[in-house]
Amino acid sequence: MLATTIIVFREVLEAALIVGIVLAASKGVAGRSVWVGAGVACGVLAAGAVALFAGALSELAQGMGQELFNACILFAAVLMLSWHVVWMGRHGREMAREVGAVGRAVAGGARPLYVLAVVVGIAVLREGSEVVLFLYGIAAQGDTGALAQLAGGALGLAAGIAVGGAMYFGLLTIPQRHLFSATNGLIVLLAAGMAAQAADFLVQADVLPALGQQVWDTSWLLSDKSIFGRVLHTLIGYVDRPSGIQLTVYFATIAIIATLSKLAGHAPQNRAARPSPAE
Amino acid sequence: MRPLGLGLAAVLAAVFLAGARAGAVEESRALTIKDHRFDPAVLEVPAGVKVKLTVRNLDSTPEEFDSHALNREKVISGGGEAQIWIGPLDAGSYDFMGEYHADTALGKVIAK
Repeated sequence: MLATTIIVFREVLEAALIVGIVLAASKGVAGRSVWVGAGVACGVLAAGAVALFAGALSELAQGMGQELFNACILFAAVLMLSWHVVWMGRHGREMAREVGAVGRAVAGGARPLYVLAVVVGIAVLREGSEVVLFLYGIAAQGDTGALAQLAGGALGLAAGIAVGGAMYFGLLTIPQRHLFSATNGLIVLLAAGMAAQAADFLVQADVLPALGQQVWDTSWLLSDKSIFGRVLHTLIGYVDRPSGIQLTVYFATIAIIATLSKLAGHAPQNRAARPSPAE
Repeated sequence: MRPLGLGLAAVLAAVFLAGARAGAVEESRALTIKDHRFDPAVLEVPAGVKVKLTVRNLDSTPEEFDSHALNREKVISGGGEAQIWIGPLDAGSYDFMGEYHADTALGKVIAK
């Protein structure tokens, strides 16, 4: 039962951390719970579907369907997260200027929440489908311990959600005026980690070269099998034995998002709120 | 942006040096999963070449081939088969496991 709890906890943890960050990043925005809730619900449904068709999915693209599918949805999440950061680069400062919660809510109301809903949905889908397959395996074996195992799974789910909740409330202790830059920073690293993972799937499918299987090995210091390693893996993309392509894609993603959001921040804006030059 | 650019250049240089050792030769190995155990549990592969693993799952339940040492994870459905590319590896030992049965499904790749 304990093994089941740990496996389910490990999978749920990643999705829960991402949901926690997304909720903190969208704090005070009207309608965010609907969007995030919809994202989680769609993610759960899609996880079931992916688990159901896992066999068929695997056989696509000469047996590399699973890798290509994972890489595609991860890159989709990276695009969404990047778009969020760039959008915040453009509008974040005016939002910070607005005084009071009401002003911020109004300024924040135009934020593209579907972007965050998609990210949440993808996170739940990826981790959820593994949980479903794992629990299906237990149920299919039908031994007497199955019920206890499923109870263990429920415990792991609850523990994972609790950590996501801790992440959320932890982020909320950051003063409001710094919260958006903090969550924005987190989201850039989240995106870079996901992009690196997507690249790794393409190496596994022999689409991209590994560019060095192990550039370094820090598993003696912090194994990414450990719970803390797993948390860092989700948050900042920590990998104890990274390949060359993972590192390249990781840093390239950070550089690209930083550049785009800088450009977006400097671009002229046609907003009434902005003081216009004398006419 | 400048520190980022320098960092990127350093990483690219490291990657290029690491990649230069990679060969173009390819090998393949087959293994099975039965009763939640890998057979063979120890696979010897040549170092420095890409290797295609074909994993056949003879159990009726799904398994996830998982290796942190190799940066690989792939779900193999019950009764299914999967191909996983690994390497080129430096000489050494690389653990892998079936994540859904981590107490019995254990194995390693030894690159020589």
